[in-house]
Amino acid sequence: MAGYVFPNELEVHWRLFVVIYPYITGLVAGAFIVSSLYHVFGKKELKPVFRLSLVTALSFLLVAPLPLLFHLGQPLRAFNIMWTPNPTSAMAGFGYIYGFYLIVVLLEVWFIFRQDLVKYAGETSGAARIGYNLLTLGAKDVSESTLALDRKIINALAVIGIPSAVLLHGYVGFIFGAVKANAWWSSPLQPVIFLLSAIVSGIALLALVYTVSSYFRGKKIDRECLLALNKYLWAFLLAAIVLEQLDVMQKAYESRATWPVLHALLEEAIPVTHALQIYVGAAIPLVLLLIARWNKVSFKMSYWLTSLSSLMVLIGVLSMRFNVVVGGQLVSKSSQGLTEFHPQAFAGEGVIPTIALLALPVVILAVMTRLLPPWSGEEQDVITTPEKETVVAS
Amino acid sequence: MKHGMDRRSFLNLGGKVIIGSVVSSTAVLLVPNSIKAADKGDNDTVNWEQVWQQQEWGFAIDTKKCIGCARCVKACKEENSVPMDEEVYRTWVERYMQKTNGQMSIESPGGGLEFTPRNEEDVTKSYFVPKLCNQCNKPPCTKVCPVGATYKTGDGVVLVDRKRCVGCGYCIQACPYGARFLHPELKVADKCTWCYHRIVKGLLPACVQVCPTGTRVFGNLADPDNPVTPILKDRIGVLKPAMGTQPRVFYRDLDQGVV
Ligand code: SF4
Ligand code: SF4
Repeated sequence: MAGYVFPNELEVHWRLFVVIYPYITGLVAGAFIVSSLYHVFGKKELKPVFRLSLVTALSFLLVAPLPLLFHLGQPLRAFNIMWTPNPTSAMAGFGYIYGFYLIVVLLEVWFIFRQDLVKYAGETSGAARIGYNLLTLGAKDVSESTLALDRKIINALAVIGIPSAVLLHGYVGFIFGAVKANAWWSSPLQPVIFLLSAIVSGIALLALVYTVSSYFRGKKIDRECLLALNKYLWAFLLAAIVLEQLDVMQKAYESRATWPVLHALLEEAIPVTHALQIYVGAAIPLVLLLIARWNKVSFKMSYWLTSLSSLMVLIGVLSMRFNVVVGGQLVSKSSQGLTEFHPQAFAGEGVIPTIALLALPVVILAVMTRLLPPWSGEEQDVITTPEKETVVAS
Repeated sequence: MKHGMDRRSFLNLGGKVIIGSVVSSTAVLLVPNSIKAADKGDNDTVNWEQVWQQQEWGFAIDTKKCIGCARCVKACKEENSVPMDEEVYRTWVERYMQKTNGQMSIESPGGGLEFTPRNEEDVTKSYFVPKLCNQCNKPPCTKVCPVGATYKTGDGVVLVDRKRCVGCGYCIQACPYGARFLHPELKVADKCTWCYHRIVKGLLPACVQVCPTGTRVFGNLADPDNPVTPILKDRIGVLKPAMGTQPRVFYRDLDQGVV
């Protein structure tokens, strides 16, 4: 579709950094929800990953504002969003919602690891000892009564964390869904779709981090835990893809004046990433995940199938973010044509800095798991001193 | 300083325009006293609430008169320091050609600066439509701005405060008319202001000033002799009324094919 686009639309304004921003916050929200499934909803089978899920959430949360910041035309003024928020703007809440959520996650991580911190502070020496001591913030009482209090606080934080996670991500969906000028974005389903795909991506990320890290650490995977992750991933994935498709189907069926150009978008502008979203990111994993849970399949097989599905889901959700963020901008507001998007290597939120930003939380996670081993449920073999671990690793 | 942090700079700019403009001598007579005070650099004496009470700007476009010369596009870029060679426009002109097969072809090469003469046989009707910010009554762009950098003045113009804008681009997404862009050099949102720096001094917007056919008509609706009101009494249309933005650029004889 050649068609007509308004002269100001030749440039796509929200580029790859804005694609990965909802992707990263989604991973955060999803990973956090897993920890809450354990804490709040008592899904004990998730015990092996609940600490890992929090550390994962924190690693990605720390990076989440960066793509937005680098995207701004005036990054030095970023804090204006907090100093002078415009109450009618959906975007204005970002600073506060993000800040609140960061505090909740930081607190929860701290309370969960406090006992470990005290322990490491006692076992290590030198700089590490000072570091761990600082991290305990002086709260070194690990008597049973304080630990019981800790657990209460952790539970409370986990409960607060759920609506925060929902808010953080549902709100990202609202930023897009409430733009009436954009026929592809505008939909009341958008916050729900974003939330569900966030949970999906978070569970997939966690499953992958769990299997990959266990592989490299030479640890056995907890079968119950992996199958539970598989089950939740499958259920949320199904819900997410159904809603996503419902939204498109409704648009197609209503066939408003904007439908021809939206149809052209799917067929001509983003067919590849759209296929990635639907087939690689949903249809195939839905089948593979089911097979993995089939009791005739060996555990090794289901391990590989679940890991592979998780990877595919992660690719699919990233594609979905692209299809929404960039796809929506390709549709001219004239409804008469599609503009083009040309990603660059470096400049203009290019591919390479985008990959770097996506890799950054993984690096942070790797470092964090060194400093604060989150492998709960196998305490015995893990709580060696971190120095020793490093020596072994290098 | 609730409104218009950029006031001083546009008044300064306006001052230069007055000196340079051919019409300045007559235009100055129309300027309210409060603004003359501001022109002397005495910003604090401007009572904007009072100024705004005296005026309600109106813009009309007589579509049948446009010949697609795009002098307005050029004048606008020059007047408002919008980079001439970049694909960003505060105003642009579209050419519509209805083909015999019923298809409408629309184009605006270089915002209209690069129109080439067309002489096609299969065209049943053809016309030009100038576009600019509609200074909507219910502007979605100001609603979404996270920092309140874009706002509506009391006399009906939507402005961007260049010192507050963080350049997030949300307003660009929210405008249904493609009227906004990120200024390539300043890295802040930019759009047509109906040449606010000129109109508060009694001058016409640059595009209206240069339009050789009287397609673009501008005036103060509070003034009984303004040239816009007679057009508003005719059959007029606005762009995308279903968006609920209540656009305030009124088009006479607007064809249904206009997007
Ligand atoms: S036309 Fe666009 S930029 Fe102008 S006021 Fe309306 S929404 Fe805002
Ligand atoms: S680009 Fe500037 S004016 Fe537009 S929404 Fe963002 S901060 Fe507001």
